[in-house]
Amino acid sequence: MLRFLAVRLSLIALTLLVVSVLIFTITEVLPGDAAQQQLGQSVTPESLEALRAKYGLNRPAHVRYLDWIGGMVSGDLGDSYKYNKPVINVVRPRVFNSVVLAAFAFLVAVPTAVFSGVWAGVRRNSFGDQLVSIASLVGISLPEFVTGVLFIVIFASALRWLPSSSVMLPATNPLTRPSILVLPTLTLTGVLFAYIMRMTRANVIEEMQANYVRTAILKGLSMQRVIWRHVIPNAMLPTISVIAVNIGWMLGGLIIVENVFAYPGIGSLLLVSIQSRDVPILQALALLIAVTYALSNLLADLSYGLLNPRIRVS
Amino acid sequence: MANQDRLELGPPQPADSGVMASQAVTGTARTGLLRTTNARATAALGSLLGQFRLALRTPAGRIGLPLVLLHLIIALAGPWLAPYAPTAFVGSQLEPPSWQFLMGTDQFGRDILSRVMSGAGSIIAVSVAGAALGIALGTLVGMASGYKGGRTDEVVMRVMDGLMSFPSLLMALLVLTSLGANAANIVLTIGVVFTAPVSRVMRSITLSLKTQEFVQSARMRGEPVPYIIFREILPNTLPVLAVEGSVRLSYAILLASSLGFLGLGVQPPSPDWGLMISESRRFIVVAPWVALAPAVAVATLIVGVNLLTDGIRQARTLPREGTQV
Repeated sequence: MLRFLAVRLSLIALTLLVVSVLIFTITEVLPGDAAQQQLGQSVTPESLEALRAKYGLNRPAHVRYLDWIGGMVSGDLGDSYKYNKPVINVVRPRVFNSVVLAAFAFLVAVPTAVFSGVWAGVRRNSFGDQLVSIASLVGISLPEFVTGVLFIVIFASALRWLPSSSVMLPATNPLTRPSILVLPTLTLTGVLFAYIMRMTRANVIEEMQANYVRTAILKGLSMQRVIWRHVIPNAMLPTISVIAVNIGWMLGGLIIVENVFAYPGIGSLLLVSIQSRDVPILQALALLIAVTYALSNLLADLSYGLLNPRIRVS
Repeated sequence: MANQDRLELGPPQPADSGVMASQAVTGTARTGLLRTTNARATAALGSLLGQFRLALRTPAGRIGLPLVLLHLIIALAGPWLAPYAPTAFVGSQLEPPSWQFLMGTDQFGRDILSRVMSGAGSIIAVSVAGAALGIALGTLVGMASGYKGGRTDEVVMRVMDGLMSFPSLLMALLVLTSLGANAANIVLTIGVVFTAPVSRVMRSITLSLKTQEFVQSARMRGEPVPYIIFREILPNTLPVLAVEGSVRLSYAILLASSLGFLGLGVQPPSPDWGLMISESRRFIVVAPWVALAPAVAVATLIVGVNLLTDGIRQARTLPREGTQV
């Protein structure tokens, strides 16, 4: 087990090294650097050079890469060009906000999805099952910005129950005004619910056809007992891995949802940093997302191995 | 024709896939193959149409196919069918829906319905091209890597894992920003992003096919490697490829419209559904109809493609010939 973990972690480290080179290269070739972006087009070459020297942009690329990656490892993320303060101070409150949003989405999506997945799975092909299945297919199909905008049209424009955007005052956090969390959470929940529900349903259907379930039914156990004691524990194994995989998927969803609702998290910061060529922030965020993604995939594999005795890694 | 209904998912047996005429390929010399090339093309097209006919036997396909066809018609004929020019200022600003402007007007007084109809062509073209590029690249990488095996396979797959350890939207954002947003670059970006997942699927099916007898015998006859990969293995992956293709198409539409929403799609004033929705955000409380038409358009297109995919997938498990579901 420890060896497996060591191998996986070193693979992840290797992958992240490749990813960091990738991020650095891509952000390097962005047309127009931060100095150009800040000073505008009508600027003397001298002042452009001066600002480049201040940011260290005039050094060769490999020196800057080593400098950057060294800083990342030692915890010094550099300074943001746009906000003129350390990257860590800009990013930290945003990470907190995004984690709050993601946590709420999971809290809503996972129990409801697992419940309706089991419910639909044991009633395979019934009217209720088809209804839930169609709903989940629509949920998977709709891009987050479409569901988000539809929610705004319904709950903010028409019914006027909830605010249409999640703008926050500086130095406040989403928990001080929970009403701004509702629509972003619901939007993120949509796709999450659909994936987990479909997976649970498929697993329940598969387990229901297994021989041990037939034995349980034939020996006279009540259907309730068969489902709760036999089907659900076995059907949950792959579902738990899907939930872990979805942590990674959710990072993409956050980029869209936060921009729909102007929610101040890492997703909206990412887009701003791309538009303003704020490379230190962009690099830090991209690496942060890559690390989270890799770790959540590892978590998915580990949970699968830990929970299923048959494929437990030796 | 009955043979076409027998396509099944899972490791395909060469003797089973009558459409692909792989028996003809293995059985005859290459001269025979040349003569049957035309017949094979017809058979491949027939099998594609057969897939749709099959899908129509499932409820999902019966809803999905008309939805997709409707979008295709609008994509092709939209600019002629649209009541106004998509970039013309024809009304006053933010007019609610009326008989004159069925979906209302936007912040510049342009007819929203006309803009949605004219925007269908670009999103569908970009998504189809992007998905096709991703499928082509992924198939090439996956099959070559799987067929070669050994150290090469190991290295190629690690690189693909690396590419996949990145949310696809973030990767697309970074690649597209560094290349510059235009239609060709969006296609390229989607193609690059899809290469890794497609190559995984194609590699695993190549691994299972290359041990089969018809591949072994082709190898023993001394056929060149490209011939074995493209003429012996590739035809047998078509059923899997068809499903993968339509799954990728729906992801491509999702990705392309999301990029448009983030401002990296087709540049204004050309109509782009994602961008229309993102621009409507500012007036959404006073003029919700501006968002409605493009939102419904994106939604129905992706739902249609997904339903059709489900239909094609389900149809494989149906009993053959004449059974209604």
